[in-house]
Amino acid sequence: MPRPRAIDCDLHPAVTGFAALAPHLEPYWRDSVEDRGMEALESASYPPNAPITARADWRPAGGRAGATLAQLRTEALDRFGADIGILNCLFPVQLPFSEDMSAAFARALNDWVRAEWLDRDPRLRASIVLPMASPEHAVEEIERLAPDRRFVQGMILAMGEVPAGRRTFWPVYAALERHGLPLAIHAGSAYRHPVTSVGWPSWYLEDYAAHQQGFQSTLASLVTEGVFAKFPGLRVVLLESGVSWLPPFLWRLTKTWKGVRFEVPWVDRPPAEIVRDHVRLTVQPFDAPDDPDLVRRLLDHLRSDELLLWASDWPHWQFDGDAVAPPGLPADLLPRIMVDNPLATYARLREEGVPS
Amino acid sequence: MAARYVVAPAAEIPPGARKVVEAGQGRRIVVFNLGGEFFALLDRCPHQGGRLSEGKLCGLVESDEPGVFRYGRKGEILRCPWHQWEFDIRTGRSWHDPDRTRVRAFPARVERGAALREGPYVVETFPVRVEDDYVVVEA
Amino acid sequence: MNVVRPIAAPGRPAVATLGLFDCDIHPRPLSLEEYRPWLSAEMWHRLSTYGIRPRHGFAKGYPFPKAAPLASRRDAWPPGKVPASDLDFLRAQHLDFHGIDIGVLNPLQPSGQGDQNDAFSAAMAYAVNEWQLERWLRDEPRLRASVVVPYEDGEASAREIRRRAGDRRFVQVLLMSRTAEPLGRKRYWPIYEAACEAGLPVAFHAFGYSGWAMTNGGWPSFYIEEVSEHATSCQSQVISLIVEGVFERFPSLRILMIECGFAWIPSVGWRLDQHWRKLKDEVPHLRRAPSEYLREHFHVSTQPMDEPERPEHLLDVMEWIGWDRILYASDYPHWDFDDPRTALPAFIPPERRRDIFGANARALYGMPAA
Repeated sequence: MPRPRAIDCDLHPAVTGFAALAPHLEPYWRDSVEDRGMEALESASYPPNAPITARADWRPAGGRAGATLAQLRTEALDRFGADIGILNCLFPVQLPFSEDMSAAFARALNDWVRAEWLDRDPRLRASIVLPMASPEHAVEEIERLAPDRRFVQGMILAMGEVPAGRRTFWPVYAALERHGLPLAIHAGSAYRHPVTSVGWPSWYLEDYAAHQQGFQSTLASLVTEGVFAKFPGLRVVLLESGVSWLPPFLWRLTKTWKGVRFEVPWVDRPPAEIVRDHVRLTVQPFDAPDDPDLVRRLLDHLRSDELLLWASDWPHWQFDGDAVAPPGLPADLLPRIMVDNPLATYARLREEGVPS
Repeated sequence: MAARYVVAPAAEIPPGARKVVEAGQGRRIVVFNLGGEFFALLDRCPHQGGRLSEGKLCGLVESDEPGVFRYGRKGEILRCPWHQWEFDIRTGRSWHDPDRTRVRAFPARVERGAALREGPYVVETFPVRVEDDYVVVEA
Repeated sequence: MNVVRPIAAPGRPAVATLGLFDCDIHPRPLSLEEYRPWLSAEMWHRLSTYGIRPRHGFAKGYPFPKAAPLASRRDAWPPGKVPASDLDFLRAQHLDFHGIDIGVLNPLQPSGQGDQNDAFSAAMAYAVNEWQLERWLRDEPRLRASVVVPYEDGEASAREIRRRAGDRRFVQVLLMSRTAEPLGRKRYWPIYEAACEAGLPVAFHAFGYSGWAMTNGGWPSFYIEEVSEHATSCQSQVISLIVEGVFERFPSLRILMIECGFAWIPSVGWRLDQHWRKLKDEVPHLRRAPSEYLREHFHVSTQPMDEPERPEHLLDVMEWIGWDRILYASDYPHWDFDDPRTALPAFIPPERRRDIFGANARALYGMPAA
């Protein structure tokens, strides 16, 4: 397999509405959508017209950002030189309160991404979007799609109904580990709780910023509940998570662990080490100033050059022009972030003969 | 070379008890009696200096699998009274970082008063009687 | 305010030449009877019959049991009493031993803060404030009080602040970090207005129960997570205070975050700046980058000291926060107490440590230099 030029780990193809999904919905759900007048399903995490949801030059007149393969090719894949791109669909199957509806929409979404995107460009890979309201449904979806080697991970949102480490979800992690699939955790909420632990904020800016807290809580849960002790082969990829929050979070968790590890004795080594061994993060958005010296110091706090994965977060607006690599990142780190680290993270990207 | 300090009559530190003693240049050492075995540690946590003699002796909990608590060695793990770091009273090693974070441990044993007459020992300010047992710490 | 002459004490860091301020000491009543003199018969009946009713289900016991009894140092129990319930013991073990010049009291529960019942919370706040003066400050000139407020009721809180305004024994307004709504919301603005009028900083101390799940993805399982989540709830409060425009409305407002951790502060500012650039249209009331409000209006206490894997990384985060914004706190008598002699690593330059121990608190609290 020739070495790819770059691997873009976070691309968001948009479902334009239930009409697009309809061919992939099972008949009962297809008719229900129509009979009940379900016109749209959008997440409050990404209001369609909010500036972050799509870069201005990626919003076609009269169309929707991120909606077509042509857009993906010209705006991201070709433009940024990615030979592999991983699709992470954010159509919010996590929102409906009925676990049956949620699972049905997830199945349709995953079939849609396979038919409309994976089958049409050999560079593409995708996440299996997991309906975590029901771990049984999530496991079924993994078993259904894992044989297709173009699905390279299972994906959940950072904020669900209960913290992601809880044992109720462990059959899902067992299935992911068994199939060599990382667990991807994307920014977003199922809105079972306010986006802050102190209630609902007033502004969307607060909502978007709150993902940073969601990722910390989720990671703390995965570590302290013992997910990585139970599933040593499991890798976790944080998508659209930001980066600079990680070191102080790990310092605090590790310090506390030294004193109260008796409460979670299965956490038998420092949480910071566990996270460095199991967890990776994408580089957009990069939550640091455009100051090379500061960025260098910040990267030093991570204490590893294996943690970061390249991502454009297309079509979200995180950067302008072609500045997909955050300013200040040392040039010699880029090949690792763009190629080596993604290849090391995703077993399925290292395989020969993936159907294309 | 370590000096040998006669720190207390053995009867003063019954099983489960502890005593803080001075052993040279104001150095504070805490001596534990664990079921008849004596252990001595420097009375200072290597983290922020908490007095370990004020800590609780707990059991050791470990786990082979999340949700499973393997519990034993009751009374052998000293938790610092401040930040709850755990130290093995047999070795002084911390649980979380046994190679680099440790309390200085000193050999401690019981000797008969008659044997102590042969020295050299540094005897605390109490009389030594030939027929009694004494705790001796090498520090 | 008298200038306090530096004193010699066995537990005092030599570098504290501009005074040794401890902005976090937690006094505790031996029994609820101690509050009774300042409670009406009706409120005493409520307290003694129905008890304090925080926004969770544990009438006794903790949602997350602590690392040690009463979350306290095991060596901080006076014979027959509970930690920090005895002035003489507190003097001997803490104020005298460490040579503390000024110690700020932050009464935690049982204080009635965050109670489900606003009127009860207000009555308790008044009683706790009187109790601080009578029980602690009357006989100990080194101690200062915090204005405990029933923060879920903004107007009642403002009344309590105005009652204490001008009394120099009170040096700050005290909130808990987990509130029923984010602290930038308008229901809390009367607190900021009254605090600014009185010239008092508003401190929020890590703790409390908001009534919402402790993470934005549900309830965690363990105490280790609760400790970690103090940081996330404080982050949400910082974000709310900034994004709601509180500092545009109250430009003289100063915030002190106590026991919230501090290493995370730069990242929150950077993240807000990054997204604010894209979402300025939503928040036109912000006239500067969010990190500028953060740098200008927020102070932090040191305890619990963040301990990076490579310790010298502390220098980076302290520089990014601002050396003049960091205040020493011990958290006496709690288990995660920080000893002033050892909490600040020696690689922090001596003049920086000197300021963290003394000058920065003097500036925040408006006390003359030693």
